[in-house]
Amino acid sequence: MTLELDSRPCLAVGCRLNERDGQARMLLMPERALRLVGPSLEIVERCDGRRTVRQIISELQAIYSKAEPEKVEQDILGYLALLQDKRALDFVSGAAATENDGKG
Amino acid sequence: MSAISPPLALIVELTHRCPLHCVYCSNPRELKHRADELSTDMWARVFGEAAKAGVLQADFTGGEPLARPDLVDLIRAARVAGLYVSLITSGLPLDEARLDAILEAGLDHIQLSFQGAREEIAREISGTKSHAHKLRVLEWLKKRRVALTLNFVIHRENIEQLEEMLAIGESSSAGRIEFANVQYYGWGFANRERLLPTRAQLDRSVKFLEGAQQRLRGKMSVEFVVPDYYAKYPKACMGGWGRKLLLISPDGEALPCHAARMIPGLRFDNVKERSVLDIWENSEAFRKFRGEGWMPEPCKSCDRREQDFGGCRCQAFLITGDAAATDPVCSLAPERAKVDAVLAAVNGRGADSVASAEWVYRPNPAS
Repeated sequence: MTLELDSRPCLAVGCRLNERDGQARMLLMPERALRLVGPSLEIVERCDGRRTVRQIISELQAIYSKAEPEKVEQDILGYLALLQDKRALDFVSGAAATENDGKG
Repeated sequence: MSAISPPLALIVELTHRCPLHCVYCSNPRELKHRADELSTDMWARVFGEAAKAGVLQADFTGGEPLARPDLVDLIRAARVAGLYVSLITSGLPLDEARLDAILEAGLDHIQLSFQGAREEIAREISGTKSHAHKLRVLEWLKKRRVALTLNFVIHRENIEQLEEMLAIGESSSAGRIEFANVQYYGWGFANRERLLPTRAQLDRSVKFLEGAQQRLRGKMSVEFVVPDYYAKYPKACMGGWGRKLLLISPDGEALPCHAARMIPGLRFDNVKERSVLDIWENSEAFRKFRGEGWMPEPCKSCDRREQDFGGCRCQAFLITGDAAATDPVCSLAPERAKVDAVLAAVNGRGADSVASAEWVYRPNPAS
């Protein structure tokens, strides 16, 4: 399975960030919870169905400007693939997203 | 800061009432009556205390949680407390209006259980006619937005239907499908000789399911639990005793696992009298097998003791008579021969006679 750079990831149904203050941010999903720290939280927060994978990469490259851009890209693609494997992500295709944007 | 790490999930046994009578039910042999069940308000308090203690997820189960008329209020209360709420259900009794109310209350995830791929086997195992209704529930769920897991409980009598079961999963909206072999406590233990698959069946099923995992990767997660009687090492039962999970029974007793009541001499505390955090940290039943202090050899010096935590205490008691023994399914356990004897009966020449034993059905508790 390959990740399209122009696809727009969003959290799959049944996956959400926990809402409690004062606790570590967790990605909650059926039978699982992933602790989100640093880059993993920054990635997940950007999986909003509006940003493309390409945009997420460039935003994180800006935040982690001291790191090799290629390394940042590889890490993000790896983490998104892991989330996809755990069934935590859905992808909105380019055309459908534009349509939704028009309505919203 | 407490030295004991917080519980992650709360198993909420709302009731022991159930329209099904499955021969492997995980409920205790001694079922709680309706009159003993906690009230809506009491449960709401428990959810609040659990969230404060660090619990992230609440798994609503039973019996059949749909048997509680206040289920919608209970889901809402758990969401208000900040918990992720799963409903583990047979889908009975349910209609579309109630399903909508349940989803509107904020349910995060439904796990729908199946007894087989066809009506006949489902009826034999559950003592009820329910399969066609479950298929209707799947159609209702397809039209709605909610995370869905299908759970098939596997044993000798239905293990040949895996392909059909998977097809039901693939034509549904499920993101996960679990093929969980029966675990042999309580009702499952009473029916063990008829439920344990043969080694040949098990090998075929593992091969088939590994193929399905590969083929459906990223589309649907396929998970399976093999019977630990056939394993080399025990399972990390409950993720370790008093380490991750806390079960509240319908009457408010806090248990480290579904079956813990069978272990003689354990004293359980009740959420009516003590807070969830106090019970988690201090209850005698939770402390009894927490950590490594209780471990005998070969566990005590075993490299795997932080992976499987010595296995299952209830299984150790059921098979060896000693809850503090190494789980006898472990190939290193002194009493492994007792498990091998059961497997020999299932796989050997006596297999026909064990297969014709009568089922012991789980009854409904008197109200």
